[in-house]
Amino acid sequence: MSERQMMKGSVALAEGAVAAGCRYYFGYPITPQNDIPEYLSVRLAEVDGVFIQAESEIASINMLLGAAAAGARAMTSSSGPGISLMQEGLSYMAGSELPGLAVNITRIGPGLGGIAPSQGDYFQATRGGGHGDYHVIVLAPNSVQEMYDLTIKAFELADKYRNPALILADAILGQMKEPVLLHDAPQRVPGKEWALKGAPVGLPTKRIKSLYLKDDEMEKHNWHLFRKYSQMREEDTMVEADLDEGMEVLLVSFGSCSRMVQSAVRMARDRGLKVGYIRPISLFPFPGDALREASEKAGKVLTVEMNTGQMWDDVRLNLAPGCSARLLARPGGGIPTPGQILEEAEKMIKAGDEVAKSIC
Amino acid sequence: MKLQKVFARPASLAEISFHFCPGCHHGIVHRLLGEAIDTYGIREKTIGVPGVGCCVFLYDYLDIDVCEAPHGRAPAVATGFKRVLPRNVVFTYQGDGDLGAIGMSEVVHTANRGENITVIFVNNGVYGMTGGQMAPTTLLGQQTTTSAFGRDFHRDGYPIRMTEMLATLEGVAFAARVTLHNAAGVKKARKAVMKAFEMQLNNMGFTFVEFISACPTNWRLSPEEATARIDDEVLPYYPLGIYKERKSPDYL
Ligand SMILES: Cc1ncc(C[n+]2csc(CCOP(=O)(O)OP(=O)(O)O)c2C)c(N)n1
Repeated sequence: MSERQMMKGSVALAEGAVAAGCRYYFGYPITPQNDIPEYLSVRLAEVDGVFIQAESEIASINMLLGAAAAGARAMTSSSGPGISLMQEGLSYMAGSELPGLAVNITRIGPGLGGIAPSQGDYFQATRGGGHGDYHVIVLAPNSVQEMYDLTIKAFELADKYRNPALILADAILGQMKEPVLLHDAPQRVPGKEWALKGAPVGLPTKRIKSLYLKDDEMEKHNWHLFRKYSQMREEDTMVEADLDEGMEVLLVSFGSCSRMVQSAVRMARDRGLKVGYIRPISLFPFPGDALREASEKAGKVLTVEMNTGQMWDDVRLNLAPGCSARLLARPGGGIPTPGQILEEAEKMIKAGDEVAKSIC
Repeated sequence: MKLQKVFARPASLAEISFHFCPGCHHGIVHRLLGEAIDTYGIREKTIGVPGVGCCVFLYDYLDIDVCEAPHGRAPAVATGFKRVLPRNVVFTYQGDGDLGAIGMSEVVHTANRGENITVIFVNNGVYGMTGGQMAPTTLLGQQTTTSAFGRDFHRDGYPIRMTEMLATLEGVAFAARVTLHNAAGVKKARKAVMKAFEMQLNNMGFTFVEFISACPTNWRLSPEEATARIDDEVLPYYPLGIYKERKSPDYL
């Protein structure tokens, strides 16, 4: 298949998983991600895979843990409340160094919240989400093509680091249709010498665990995990940047929201405004260095998010000194329009340095 | 006279001494598992999934591949293993808090799916590892560190009989309750473990063995007193026996 096809985001994500060699899916229904399990319940049967509708998200993530420990590429998907239930399992997977993919087609929270698009799970995704000193790898697609590509990438990174990965998307990305180019060759699942398959005669048996009770063991383990997170930052940070010489404001946004920002950037440039745009694709590891450099050139930074300001924390942590920063936030399922974004950007440009600084 | 070895440590049981308290029955369960693994020659394809509790150190004692599971979730983890490795032998090893409280949902649905795994369930009537708190299996009137006045059904409900409950599920191939507090009991327990593994090897479906076990430390009894208590108080509420044994695989 080397022709573009029109495809829904959820289906592209599922096809990405199949292309990555994932043959095991465990999940529990929740809107707005049901297209993924519905599609995979048929698609996995075609490739001799296993689809299980689990009794809960707690069971789903632990089935994923078991399948991962057995050496398979496996996944689950859910939305806010279900992802909350998976946090203990994700923590165990990170602690036990098990790769696997969880997909969060986010809905609005807290609580039962609403099912419209939201980016309110940014903190949960990027800070680890469960107990202990850990992170999951978080990739945030902004197109149907990336729903496909980043799913494959997520499996690769999960295996590279023996750490769970998460795709953070929302109903816009799940439901919209765009042309997608599928890759020809399916990925080969790498051999995993650490996986448990029963120990052959003469070879030592293996353990997969996260419990370390002896003195210093846990501290050593956590520093080991920490080094992996540092390596991720160095080797696998992903960012899209569209900067402009002499830009007067830098727009920062991720996921579906960044599509509105891209439109706003086009509109701004049509009017002769000098604006730049930067989009973290990996939310963990966060592209702090790229942001720092770009913000230094722009001096003014506008963050646009569909929450009350979560990535905003990471943005402010990584601004060049002296930058002024402003947030345009929509936390209720509403989407910031390109017009609104442009208006905010213009306000920032017009405000003198003095005024702009006082905004942040 | 030629000396013959009649009793030895199972090869799949590691050469280290147990950390379990005096009079605890976890060690016997480990040994029976080792015997079953040796008997069927399946050390090379067996994967153990202990829950969280006194059993979590299974990986120190059994010389097989072992994967830890979060508290109560061992049946889900074992499901993941079995679906990837259908030809391997997969068992969980869980306490009564792990299986009968926090992990109730996982064990019921794993059984109901007829998942071809074996669940080893150690019922000692308390949360052993965390210091003897009330478990779902704690008997009425029994004092624990969180039921100082004795378990009261108005407040705490009744002790749960897991084997009887699971035996009602179509997916279950074998469900038995055995005891370890006397030699006859251990003999039957050994048979039950063998049966469960054999049935798994024959793809018969979900197999479940409940072990009535003593926890002298948290019962605040000597090992002898704990043994007597099993006869006097525990077995009358938890009758021994095979509650279900399917004769053929369940391919309806
Ligand atoms: C989510 C979670 N809650 C609570 C605990 C604490 N905890 C560890 S072991 C245990 C109880 C174990 O009791 P049981 O399952 O009866 O096994 P035993 O120790 O008696 O063999 C508890 C509550 C935990 N580890 N994880």
